Amino acid sequence: MTDPIVETRGLEMRFALPTHFLSREKPVLHALSGVDVAIRPGETFCVVGESGCGKTTLGRAIMGLLTPSEGEIYFRGERIDTMDEAARKPVRADMQMVFQNPYASLNPRRNVFETLAEPIRHLMPEKSGREVRAQVEEVLDATGCDQSWQRRLPHEFSGGQRQRIAIARALVTNPAFIVADEPISALDVSIQAQILNLLTDLQAERGLTYLFITHDLSVVEHFGTRVAVMYLGQIMELAETETIFDDPKHPYTQLLLDAIPKLTGGSFDAPRTPGELPDPVNPPPGCPFAPRCPIAQDICRAERPRLRVIPGSTTEAACHFAE
Amino acid sequence: MALLEVRDLRVAFPRGKSDEVEALRGVDLTLDKGERLGVVGESGAGKSMLAFAILNLIAEPGRVSAGAITFDGENLLDLPDRKVRRIRGNRISMIFQDPMVTLNPVLTIGTQMIETLKAHRRISDRAAHKLSVEKLKLVAIPSAESRMDAYPHELSGGLRQRVVIAIALLTDPEIIIADEPTTALDVTIQAEIMALILRLCRENHVALILITHDLGVVAEVTQRLMIMYAGKCVETGRTREIIDAPKHPYSAGLLKALPQNAERGQRLYQIPGSMPPITALPAGCPYNPRCPRATDICRAEMPPLEGGVACFHPLTAEEEVTA
Amino acid sequence: MITWRGVLRRFLADPVAIGAGVVLLALVLMAALAPLIAPQNPYDLMQLNIMDSEMPPSWRPGGDDRFLLGTDAQGRGVLSTIMYGTGISLVIGIGAVTVSAVLGITLGLLAGYKGGWIDSFLMRLADIQMSLSTLMIAIIALALFQAAFDANIYAEYAIFMLILIIGIAEWPKFARTVRSSVLGEKGKEYVDAARVIGLPARKVMWGHILPNALTPVLVISTIQVAEAIMTEAALSFLGLGMPTDKPSLGSLIRSGFEFVFSGSTWITFYPALVLIALILALNLLGDWMRDVLNPKLRRGED
Repeated sequence: MTDPIVETRGLEMRFALPTHFLSREKPVLHALSGVDVAIRPGETFCVVGESGCGKTTLGRAIMGLLTPSEGEIYFRGERIDTMDEAARKPVRADMQMVFQNPYASLNPRRNVFETLAEPIRHLMPEKSGREVRAQVEEVLDATGCDQSWQRRLPHEFSGGQRQRIAIARALVTNPAFIVADEPISALDVSIQAQILNLLTDLQAERGLTYLFITHDLSVVEHFGTRVAVMYLGQIMELAETETIFDDPKHPYTQLLLDAIPKLTGGSFDAPRTPGELPDPVNPPPGCPFAPRCPIAQDICRAERPRLRVIPGSTTEAACHFAE
Repeated sequence: MALLEVRDLRVAFPRGKSDEVEALRGVDLTLDKGERLGVVGESGAGKSMLAFAILNLIAEPGRVSAGAITFDGENLLDLPDRKVRRIRGNRISMIFQDPMVTLNPVLTIGTQMIETLKAHRRISDRAAHKLSVEKLKLVAIPSAESRMDAYPHELSGGLRQRVVIAIALLTDPEIIIADEPTTALDVTIQAEIMALILRLCRENHVALILITHDLGVVAEVTQRLMIMYAGKCVETGRTREIIDAPKHPYSAGLLKALPQNAERGQRLYQIPGSMPPITALPAGCPYNPRCPRATDICRAEMPPLEGGVACFHPLTAEEEVTA
Repeated sequence: MITWRGVLRRFLADPVAIGAGVVLLALVLMAALAPLIAPQNPYDLMQLNIMDSEMPPSWRPGGDDRFLLGTDAQGRGVLSTIMYGTGISLVIGIGAVTVSAVLGITLGLLAGYKGGWIDSFLMRLADIQMSLSTLMIAIIALALFQAAFDANIYAEYAIFMLILIIGIAEWPKFARTVRSSVLGEKGKEYVDAARVIGLPARKVMWGHILPNALTPVLVISTIQVAEAIMTEAALSFLGLGMPTDKPSLGSLIRSGFEFVFSGSTWITFYPALVLIALILALNLLGDWMRDVLNPKLRRGED
């Protein structure tokens, strides 16, 4: 097996919640509790889960926007979370990010050229002005943007066009790895397909590796190579896309798949019991999904299951009873 | 006779000093007792405008410029405000995307429910309280009795939306208009809420107008479907039939662009371009610049809605839309 | 998105804004061109004649055509002193706002972006300073300054002292405004995008966040200029501002005040009129700008 391009080991992320300075309690939110992923070069590694599951935190930790409380992050075998800024600079050019909201991810006061030129100027200071311009033009072509957009401001563009520009910014330093955090969920249905196709094409042309964060399983099914399903800061199941959709092992994955509205209809006919995410400040001692789980036993409420390979398959699941 | 009948509804907004633009450009709609209708479109297609217009809630400076909305034999547009208010929130209820539009953050759930009831009924406090608890139980809110004293912020997003549904059901309405009721919610919560709405409509024989961008949700919940584009209805008919064999190239394109309908790993079908803003509509059919089947007549004339489709070149049952 | 063209269009559509703008422009021009258009130079002692003192305006009996608005106790033409005095008031107002804007923007940006103890420290400091009135701080500082140095040195440096003291006293207003809009901006994804490429905090703050956080600063700057001019006028009126040989509008009002009861009302009346017009124009423009630049109040456009 090839060496992973990005790897996390025992990643933990805790946020101290703001409190009154006299209060004795110091509540801590556990956003990630022990996440191990190894992303292989060239794949689309999808992270799926509902709000509050830690999928965005994982992406932001890998990109260095957040500093992990514990654990290690590696890029091409080098540990990056403890690197100083000077050493990290060449790594940054190789790792980029596309954000969810194209209306907020572009600086409203900078035109497209300035937005695209900034990463090159900062990360590749050896490039001349002409090289910067050439690189911007090249990336605009690659992302289906018109050259005439260069001098225009973000507010002149539609959501889909802005997301193209945001993708162009992520690509302008020729990265190998891109974190895409819900890149299509703020877009209209007819535009979503355009952006997904663009990401597919770019991956084929440039051999990109994606960490694709989404809540939409139908996109994952189409787009992903492997999928990690997260719940309350932990990975519940990790498998090849086809395997997970054909044969989900974890009860939470089954619940998620069951919740997708289907074009064939009929799956909402049975009443569903309300389920709530447990409080991430005081997570239950055992499996976080136990309170909602139809097959939970006493052991689930007492002992947290570790991610393990399910016998007879390639799937890894964190469940005492999955088989 | 239909319960609700909308004829040639138009909503206009002023542009400049003397000019106007139409956000809704002549929409027809009929809804029978207990029928569930889905209204699907991209943002800016006018689907929410339709809901607001039916409830006579178009905000200044917009106005309903033409048309008729007949509910139970009376034209709502001709009725005095006092009488409209007796219908709105009573015989026609509304569920918004954001529960906090309906819920007042400084009042308890119970106070708000009792006030809503007393606004429309002569009812004692005790009876109103009892009825409210009943409705909360109906929407499967755990420990309904104690939730009456809770403030909205003490509830999770899913529970809040359930409370909103309970409020909408308080007055035993004949029609519920739900505007993207689950867009802000997680997939599993969406499934719960949609299953709940579906069950309640069936059991109580309530008609539903479900406004959404999600074709999957529509397929699960509704019987009839209306697809909107640039302020007009482009296709209407039985949900099943449209999803299985769409006639309008736009409906067909939307369906084909869904990842569920594509081969795994292949490029998706994509509709080129984006929906024009209502201020810059092309001549003829508004979809013609994006339509692979457009001819000269499409660029000159607006196709009328005939046989459930507003298109000069509708697709036949065997045909598929191609790029 | 607010463009210059859009602001101009709305300016031209609003009669109040045009009126305030015209008044302000006229006063600024009058002050800037004072050395060219003023009938006398009130700073030039050679031109003064004690025989000309306390002359009424020229249309009144006893008036002189050389002095349209009359003269003060030292024989200076009121019109000329108003022209020069408006200039001094404007310089102090704009200078003080520049000082407090530079201080306030820097500290507010730092507090908003860095957060934590820096934020707590700076904001508590601002709270403490806000609880002491600007006038009180200025009176204490200027009284000490006046006592410590002799009158000549005081006269020479009074304008800088006023600018500095009023400017420093008002920084918390800018700092708070900047901080709150920085807090709104820093959560946006374009800031994360800048951090992803490893831009140092300094560049993220000044290059990305500040340009998007400046709109409210523009609004309060205009109103703060008016406030600084008023503070200076109040200080001068108390005898702690500009010396009488380089009068601002405030010191003019003060110098004429002694003569109000002897009937020479013009020495106080006309400078006061100009001061009111200036303050009113600035405040109206500030209010108008707040309405235009605040997207929450704008409807049906863009």
